[in-house]
Amino acid sequence: MTERNNSAWSPSSREIERQSSRRAINRKQVLIAAVSSLLVLGTLALVLVTSPGWTTVKSTFFDVEYGKEVFPTVIKGLWINLQLTFIGGAAIGLIALGLALLRTTKSPTLTPFRFLATAYVDIFRGAPLILIILLVGFGVPALGLKGISSNVIFLGTVAVVLTYSAYVAEVIRSGILSIHPSQRAAARSLGLSSGQTMRFVVLPQAIRRVVPPLLNDFVSLLKDTGLVSILGVTDAVRAAQINASRTFNYTPYVVAAILFLLITIPMTRYTDRAIRQRTNAQSAEGAI
Amino acid sequence: MSNVLELKNVRKSFGAEVVLNDLSLVVPEHTATVLIGASGSGKSTLLRCVNLLETIDDGQIFLDGKEISDPLINVDDVRRKLGMVFQSFNLFPHKTVLENITLAPIKVQGKSAEEARIAAKALLSRFDLADKADQYPDRLSGGQQQRVAIIRSIAVNPRLLLLDEITSALDPVLVNEVLSIVRDLKGDGMTMVLATHEMGFATQVADEVCFLESGNILERGSADAVLHNPKNPKTQEFLRRVHQAGRL
Repeated sequence: MTERNNSAWSPSSREIERQSSRRAINRKQVLIAAVSSLLVLGTLALVLVTSPGWTTVKSTFFDVEYGKEVFPTVIKGLWINLQLTFIGGAAIGLIALGLALLRTTKSPTLTPFRFLATAYVDIFRGAPLILIILLVGFGVPALGLKGISSNVIFLGTVAVVLTYSAYVAEVIRSGILSIHPSQRAAARSLGLSSGQTMRFVVLPQAIRRVVPPLLNDFVSLLKDTGLVSILGVTDAVRAAQINASRTFNYTPYVVAAILFLLITIPMTRYTDRAIRQRTNAQSAEGAI
Repeated sequence: MSNVLELKNVRKSFGAEVVLNDLSLVVPEHTATVLIGASGSGKSTLLRCVNLLETIDDGQIFLDGKEISDPLINVDDVRRKLGMVFQSFNLFPHKTVLENITLAPIKVQGKSAEEARIAAKALLSRFDLADKADQYPDRLSGGQQQRVAIIRSIAVNPRLLLLDEITSALDPVLVNEVLSIVRDLKGDGMTMVLATHEMGFATQVADEVCFLESGNILERGSADAVLHNPKNPKTQEFLRRVHQAGRL
């Protein structure tokens, strides 16, 4: 494309006039937004602060001094959640990829595994995570198998991995199915085998497409690691619970919630941006 | 001169609709066979059957005298000998132009990455696309994408090139740059079968023109005979309509 020189251009008087009226419109919109935000948020704050139980709520949920005191134990618990998220996340990625590939393969040798993968996804996607955590956490140690750890952190992680692998497998599979058949036809007509076609042509495009939904699942995973606290794992939720039940002050829960939000909000913002970029890229791809 | 491709009494239907009906065709080495006919006459299906993207219902297809319609044949081996170019280009959007071209030579033919790159760059230079080697397909015009797709299909040195209405999705001003590659390849002695609506181009490259109608070849012969002096009234009617559309 030819570059055109823009430096010699100076706006006409008409354009200057238009720019100033655009600025005026902008100023008006900013003012309206500010006034309406102030009204709505102010009313909400007012209702909260003037409610009859506010002083009690303030001292039992928002006790700053107590919050500072429990902060170290809660953040120590949060470290467990983060470890669980990253180690679990890696295992989930691998298992889910395997499940998605099995569910989309047409190879006759893999037929039994395809059925098993489908059954697996049906079961673990359909059952509540908390039930899986309870079943694995209390059921597996009861089996008394040698060589299988009865460490609650390990069992909790296994339960979360089992469930999330099913979710993530479906996301990856939907990505694989979204690649147009003409891409496969082009690859096969070049002589690539079906495995090579999957590996070099279909999967790279599919994964790129499902990154945003996978990031969403990653945020959910971090939050859901809090559920392993029911097995007695001293994560952020459990640490808050221990403190709260000792003093009957619920500030530790608020501390834990704020800590989770400090991580999840930037992550969701990043995800939103990734989705926006993905949508832009897709519209630019056009016919492809 | 040996025959590269031979179709004997090929039949193909999709459900109740018969798309190829008892169709026979011979394509000798170094020749170009052009398939013309209205949309739905079976041109694309014929090409897809040769490439084994579709399974035929009856008859036989031979490539270099070997039957490829045998269900026991290794499909990948057959496709290695065939190049196919599609109407919609079908370049891989996540790979650069160079990677698109070198994928099959490296993964299918087992060439070293370096060797494949050198060969691909030589082809790109020959067809004036050397500066696009590291671009992604979405940065290229439709004509450039289709030229890359053609280069990708010949990078594996196919015995037979199948071209399926390769200019139908293009802006008219881009058609010629694509067809000139095909003319060059024909000059190299590449054996090819093409489905096209570009009658002027057909006249230039075709050794044989076949007019398809409802899955049958109604008329076949030299470009001059079929395109300029058609005997069959249906061919005459078709060409008259093409002429009205300004394509002859």
